[in-house]
This record gives sequence, structure tokens and C-alpha cells, in this order.
Amino acid sequence: MKDFNHEKTHVSEVDRSIYDIKDKVDSSFEVNSGLTSDIVSRISQEKNDPEWMRLFRLKALETYHKTPLPIWGPSLDGLNIEDIVTYVRPKTDMRTNWSDVPDYIKNTFERLGIPDAERKSLAGVGAQYDSEVVYHSIREEVAAQGVVYTDMESALTGPYAEMVRKHFMKLVPPSDHKFAALHGAVWSGGSFVYVPPGASVEIPLQSYFRLNAPGAGQFEHTLIIVDEGAYLHFIEGCSAPKYNVANLHAGCVELYVGKNARLRYSTIENWSKNMFNLNTKRAVVEEGGTIEWVSGSFGSHISYLYPMSILKGKNSRMEFTGITFAGEGQNLDTGAKVLHSAPNTTSHITTKSISRDGGVSTFRSAITVTPQASGSKSSVSCESLMLDSISRSDTIPVMDIQCDEVDIGHEAKIGRISESAIFYLMSRGLSEENARAMIVGGFAEPIAKELPLEYAVEMNNLIHLEMVGSIG
Amino acid sequence: MSKPLLEIVDLCVSVEDKVILDGVNLKVNPGELHVLMGPNGTGKSTLVSTVMGDPRFTIRRGSILFEGKDITEEKVDARARAGLFLSFQVPEEIPGITLENFLRTARGAVDGRQPKILSFRKELMEQMEALDMNPSYSERYLNVGFSGGEKKKAEILQMLMLHPKLALLDETDSGLDVDAVRTVTKGIRTFSNKKNGLFIITHNAKILEGLDVDVVHILEGGRIVRTGGKELISMITNDGFGALEKEG
Repeated sequence: MKDFNHEKTHVSEVDRSIYDIKDKVDSSFEVNSGLTSDIVSRISQEKNDPEWMRLFRLKALETYHKTPLPIWGPSLDGLNIEDIVTYVRPKTDMRTNWSDVPDYIKNTFERLGIPDAERKSLAGVGAQYDSEVVYHSIREEVAAQGVVYTDMESALTGPYAEMVRKHFMKLVPPSDHKFAALHGAVWSGGSFVYVPPGASVEIPLQSYFRLNAPGAGQFEHTLIIVDEGAYLHFIEGCSAPKYNVANLHAGCVELYVGKNARLRYSTIENWSKNMFNLNTKRAVVEEGGTIEWVSGSFGSHISYLYPMSILKGKNSRMEFTGITFAGEGQNLDTGAKVLHSAPNTTSHITTKSISRDGGVSTFRSAITVTPQASGSKSSVSCESLMLDSISRSDTIPVMDIQCDEVDIGHEAKIGRISESAIFYLMSRGLSEENARAMIVGGFAEPIAKELPLEYAVEMNNLIHLEMVGSIG
Repeated sequence: MSKPLLEIVDLCVSVEDKVILDGVNLKVNPGELHVLMGPNGTGKSTLVSTVMGDPRFTIRRGSILFEGKDITEEKVDARARAGLFLSFQVPEEIPGITLENFLRTARGAVDGRQPKILSFRKELMEQMEALDMNPSYSERYLNVGFSGGEKKKAEILQMLMLHPKLALLDETDSGLDVDAVRTVTKGIRTFSNKKNGLFIITHNAKILEGLDVDVVHILEGGRIVRTGGKELISMITNDGFGALEKEG
């Protein structure tokens, strides 16, 4: 029997050259690597924080020092927070006009396709370069609806300061875990969005995050409040050039979905493969409201990412659609958490994961149904595809059901690409690499369908690059 | 005289140490329509799958030539690009790829250049209509949830869209109702011309109605035991494979 394994073409590491564009580090201000209350105070001062925020940061720092590292997930060896420059700011102030953004920053964004996206009917772009928001715009018609889209720093002192103070790190308190505490102490940049009652934002708001300086951490904070009956689609996209120093991303996303409101939150994360991505995302949904998460995780060395939805009001809903692609040297631990705490709430989780070249992908789900959540429904479906025998895929579902009248379903499938499918596609003229890429792309298609078009294209390109390599 | 499209010389094939084909010889010239018949389990599918390059089968001896070129060691996709096509007895289901996108990619692969989207789509719609396929199938995932009949029609559609030089049809008519068989036959007739070759495995003479069969082979015990004209078909249809032995 002919051994198919011998015919397999080794697919090497993807050519990341278009993502790995490094600019000279040109920062006006860098704090020392270690993290002390002096440093946190300096950050606070530099940012012109209000007094309450300065105190908040210092308290969070205390919590950070007291809190141990998590011991249940992928190894965080190689991450030494003392080495991480937490705060790097490029030599540019806030910009509101694309033409004012410095060329070296613009060039990098352009190669990442960001200006195109901007031209293509996007409502507003807050593109974060290193730790500071350098570019920010919002379409007039969106502002005319009373929608506020600004960077977090401005939001802290602007007309919505009270609203920010009332919501900031209330959903994800610094005591949540060590990296939430770290975030509370050193957060910088990010977006604030407020959608007033009844407003429907027809075009998605987008934000791009990117790391540039070696050893720089990224701690952006996203706070979105969608008021009663309003609708918003927010897109967060990430891409970072590769450095050899361990990089840390510990952002925080807090989403407040009002009564009968709907928020769709899409993310495509493509961090360079030395990144520790320890992001915390959480939404609370009031009566009749809906949170929809769409999440694609491709990059990073280690990820801990489990967006949580608190279904607080009756008839509130959550949907989570996610995909994870773990290649060589990657351990991506992702999933979703739901707390059903009101009657007739619904959660629907669909995920796909792909692992290759020794990559590890773990899917965790945690569904909690409280005694008052009668009539609630939850379904979890996860499918994994392992592309070779050295890769790994795990599923860890946790369910805590404290109520009788509920409808709960869980389904998990783990598979490999069948050789007969490869033969079939090759018999139509496709090379083996392309046949595999087509099968993997098809596997990911239900998720791609949920992404905005340019992201779906980017994801398909990424999968193709990952599968076929840099063959031009 | 042009070279034969396909020439099989002394082909011996085994799977997991079991010999299936034991010295098969045959030749298909351009424009010819060959029919391969034989009892179940005699290696008919093995023969066409091996010609296509199915890695499950091991070639012990012999060679396969396509247009005079030895393709015995050639990769599957190279055979397809050279002009070989196999209609599968059990077509694979590939989720997430629409029939149209798949066919466009495949056409690009066999032609070496991407087809123009609009003209390709027009051609696809015409062929689908000729095959009585609902146009919505072009937007469905490749073979996923297709009925047995739709899968077989989709195979014929692929044959028509990929323009191979030689099509191997492995029981494309099995499990089809009378109307579907007629549609498949129509598709085969469309494909058939002076240059193209056809090599059809069937148990059922219905699919051959209205087709000009040039050569009929009978495969038994891993060998071609008889080669003749279309008179063999009616003989077998009427009296079964036993009739051959009696005739001796």
C-alpha cells in the first residue's frame, strides 16, 4: 500500500512579511521595565488622569501584586512582567484627520489595508499604534445620531466622564484575575462608545490595535454602552509585527447592552506569534437585549480568551461564533462563558478550531444557569479539525445547572481531513496543498460568513497562507 | 494516427496485499466510447481509481500511459491536468465550498488560468439546465445533502465543465431513476465527440441507450476476459455473465 504520509508536503511557517513590518522605535516616553507604584503614578500623571483614576490604578496595582498567576491554563513561562515596557507612546498627538498622521505610521497601516477599510464606508476608525490613539474619526451622520465614539482618555474628562466612571471596570473588576488587575493599573488607549436610546448605527464602527515597540505591552480598554432599543456593530481587529521579546496583550472589553438593544462585537486577532494574549471581555445584557460575539483567533503564542455574557434581564440572548487556528508553537485556549440569571434567556455557542504543526487548541465553555433562570435555553457546539498527528485539540465543557426547567445541549466533534476527500479534490486538478486549504477553508466557512466582508477575505487569506505557505 | 488516449499495459494492482487486478491490458483511442462490465467485486472500480491515481491502491506491475506518456507514478492532480477525469461512484461531500466556487477553482487548476467569472457562470448555468439541475445547487456546498441522483448529475456537470480528454465513469447510473439516467446519458452525449474518450463502468444498458458504444470489455477475476463490440452488452443483459463461459 502506498503510504500517503510520504506524499504529504510539509507546510512551513507562513510568510508573515506583510504583517511583520517593523518601524524604528521612536517613542517619546518609555517607562522602566519593572512595575512599581512610582511607575503607575507616572503613567497616571502623563495621561492627565482624574484623581479617582490615579487612585484606581494604584489600588489595582496592589491587587496585581497580591494575585497569583493562573495555574489552570497554558503555561505562562516566558512571560516576565518585570521585563515588559508597559507604556510606549509614539511621537504624535491625537489626530482627527488621516492626512495629519505621520508617514511611518501610515505606511504600516496602509500595508495592513487599514486605509482601504476606512474608505469603505466605515463609520469611524480609532487606530491604536502602540499605546496611544493616534488617529480617530467619526462620520458626521453617526455623531448626528448622538453616538459618541472617542478614545478612553478623552472620555474620562469629557461630557461623558460620569458615565465612564460609573461603568469603568465594574463588569471586569481588577480583582477578577491577575491580568485584569494589571490592566486596571496600566491601561492605556482604547475606545469609548455610547449609543443613545433607539439609535441604530447602520455602518460598523471599527478599531485597530497594533503593537510596535519591542517588549511593549498593550492594555487598551474598550467600553461600549448601547442604550435601550439601540443597535451597534463594533469591530476590533488586531495585527502585530513579530519581535523576539515576549509581548503581552492584556486588554479589557466591557459591553453594556440595554433593554431590547443589540450589540454585535466582532474581533479578528492576528497577533504575532510571540504574543501572550490575555484579554478579558465581558458583556451584561438587560431585558430583551442581545449580544452577538464573532471571534477569530489566529495569532499569538499563548491565548487565554473567554468572552463572558451575563444574561441579566429576562428574554436576553447571546450568540457566540468563534474560530481558532493554532499552528506551530501556539497554544490557544479559547471559549465562552455564559451566566443565565433571568428567565427565558438564550445562549447559542458555535466554535471551530483548527490545529496544525504541533499547535494546541483548547475550547472551554462554562454555562451557569441560576435558579431564577427558568425557561432558559443553551446550546454549545464545537468542532475541531486536526491537520496532523502531532497537533492537539481539547474540549472542556463545564455546566452548572441550578434550575430544572431548562433546555441544554452540548455537541463536540473532533476530526481529521479524510484522505479520500483529498483524492477527490486532487482528481479535479487541485494540488494537495490547495485541496487541504480548500477543506480547511470550507470548515471555517460558517464562521467566515459571520464576519464583515473584508475580515472574511482577510481570514480566508490567512488560512490560505497558513495552509499553502508563501507560494506566490 | 494520433496516440491512444489511454493505454494500460499488464497492470497488476493490490490493496492491503490482496491482488485485485492481475495483468490488465487495454487501449482507448480518441473519440472512442468503451464500456467495462463484469460481476461485482472483480476490480472494475479499482481499475478506474488506479488510473486516476487513488493512493489506496498499490501498483505491483505494469504501466499506465496517457497520450503516450507514462503516468504510472504521476500525482493525481497532474493526471487531472493532463485531461483525465473520474466520475466517482460515491462522490465526497465537502462542506463550506459551494459547487460553483469549487468548479471555478478546479477549472482554473486544469486550465492553468482562472476563468472569467461571468462567462464561467453562464456556461455553468447552461450545463446545469441541460442536466435538469436546480440552479440553486451551484450555491450549495459541494455534494453536501445532495440526493444520490443529484450527486451523480453533479459529477457529470463537473465532467462537462472541466473539459477532460478522457472521462472514466464509475457506475454513474447506479441508484438513479429512469429520468435521471436519461439525463446522465444526455450529458455523456454532449461530452462525446471525435476527440474525447469515454470509459464507462455499468451494470445497466439503459445508460448506453442512444450512445455509440465502440468497445466492450468484460472484467473477471482481475483480468479482461473478453473484448468485443456492443453485441456483448445485450448478451450479458439477457443472459448474465454466465453466458460468456458457456459460449467459452
